[in-house]
Amino acid sequence: MLEVTLRHAWPATRDGEGFSLDVAFRGPTPGVTVLFGPSGCGKSTILSAIAGLLRPQSGRVALDGQVLTDTAARIFIPAERRRCGVVFQDARLFPHLSVEGNLRYGLRRAPREAEGPSFEEVVALLGLGRLLARRPAGLSGGERQRVALGRALLSRPRLLLMDEPLASLDVPRRAEILPLIERVRDAFRVPILHVTHALEEVDRLADTLVLLEGGRVLAAGPPEALTAEPGLTLLAGRRDAGVVLRCLVAAHDPGRGLTRLDFAGGSLLVTLRPEPVGSTLRLRLRARDVSLATAPPEGLATHNVLPAVVEGVAPAPFSPHEVLLRLRLGPTPVLARLTRDAVGTLGLAPGQPVWALVKSIAFDHGGPA
Amino acid sequence: MLTPEEWQAVRLSLSVALRSVAFSLPLAVAVAWLLSRRRFLGRPLLDAVVHLPLVIPPVVVGWGLLILFGVQGPIGRPLHDWFGIRLVFTTAGAALATAVMTFPLIVRAVRLSLEGVDPGLEAAARSLGAGPFDRFFTVTLPLIAPGILSGAIIAFAAGLGEFGAIITFASNIPGETQTLPLAIYAATQTPGGEGTAARLAAISFTMAVAGLLLAELVARHLRRLLGRS
Repeated sequence: MLEVTLRHAWPATRDGEGFSLDVAFRGPTPGVTVLFGPSGCGKSTILSAIAGLLRPQSGRVALDGQVLTDTAARIFIPAERRRCGVVFQDARLFPHLSVEGNLRYGLRRAPREAEGPSFEEVVALLGLGRLLARRPAGLSGGERQRVALGRALLSRPRLLLMDEPLASLDVPRRAEILPLIERVRDAFRVPILHVTHALEEVDRLADTLVLLEGGRVLAAGPPEALTAEPGLTLLAGRRDAGVVLRCLVAAHDPGRGLTRLDFAGGSLLVTLRPEPVGSTLRLRLRARDVSLATAPPEGLATHNVLPAVVEGVAPAPFSPHEVLLRLRLGPTPVLARLTRDAVGTLGLAPGQPVWALVKSIAFDHGGPA
Repeated sequence: MLTPEEWQAVRLSLSVALRSVAFSLPLAVAVAWLLSRRRFLGRPLLDAVVHLPLVIPPVVVGWGLLILFGVQGPIGRPLHDWFGIRLVFTTAGAALATAVMTFPLIVRAVRLSLEGVDPGLEAAARSLGAGPFDRFFTVTLPLIAPGILSGAIIAFAAGLGEFGAIITFASNIPGETQTLPLAIYAATQTPGGEGTAARLAAISFTMAVAGLLLAELVARHLRRLLGRS
């Protein structure tokens, strides 16, 4: 368990307004905690404080029962003895060392008894073999982040802190690194705290999601629950708002080009997926891809017609002419985005049984969970 | 081409300049680091004191050294009584005077390159388990090496030409403290010394220019080694 309580205030100066941070949250170990919020919400500052690179005015940070910071007890373990590996947004590779020198820098300083992946394992997992002799200056942005990730991993960290490692990369590079982070999470069981403002990273990585705004925690919990809250406009106010579903790949039907996914509230037929049968997936079911009917429809191209119950109707944060409906498919909450007019015409109200319609092609997000 | 006396002045100049750099380099790096990385009470004062030799007349620096390091001075007396070290009128004294005069040159060069080092790299080293000395020697020092080297070479070249502080503190003793500029000065004061003065002046000029070129070359080469250009 990672426990974090932090308070820090920066006074207003001539150059800018003041900022105050006042947060408390917990994260699973092992597991991935994602801090999500707009720029300037304080998420990178929290990461610095956990790493010991910033000394908070007051607060407590504990990892698996070991206190790293406790201002009340005057405990502040210096960053170099915390064993928190950090992957910075700007990689921060040492320019005077080769890639191999960078990778071994942390390894050489790790305590002998510390367990972790070997040099060869990390090089193989991150595909760094061809880069070892090169200098950081000659690497591409994606290669730099891979080396930075490897360097942090090889320092045998008890916690891996990732400060928007993908933010400075273009979309193809991001698509190349994100699966590597998933592989690291699955292969090495090192707890991860990941800071991002990209929803895709939340969907694919988060076991616990901490929503931040203006230096405060708006909400924290499993992403499946938080994404189903119409009131959390940080998530529900987006064009791609929708719930994250944890699914099991139940069967492939290559003949029809379909895959059946089971989740707690039923099954979904989706376009054939590459993941093997039996693996688990996290998918974003976007609210705009969910339609409703009050009677079972016929002659429809949509494969997925699921019985559901309307749980709540909330005005949509993005338009006065739209609403967000919270539905329940068995135990699973789902959001649907409809026009105000449609809700009035159908007379939709809480408690009403309906049919939720989801197109099979609606899923292009997500990855292995 | 040169008389033995003239050669002696050249050799002595090189030796004094080299010793002065060897003596002041570690201290200059430490002071530069303090000035650029630490905020402390006496920082502006230290900054001013370090730069004093750039603005006050060298003869005044020499006089100050004479007061402090003279056999009766507050530092000179214990040095002489306890360790038997005498600096006035010696080669070591000439090196000390040169070191004081060229100290600000090294500090400025090192400080400039320290300010070019991303503190984020030092933070990264911390997160990887490197303590203060460890990260200074494995990250900061290699990255400021070009600045240190070019600072040292410039200080060396400037040290070859030091006159006022040496003649005031260490006097003009052939074979002991008579470096190139002092030998040139002595030659101009001697009837028939025009030839000696001209030859030594040419050597002095050549060494200074070579020093500057070398500093530039070394810095460029090291920057390329660090992969930053």
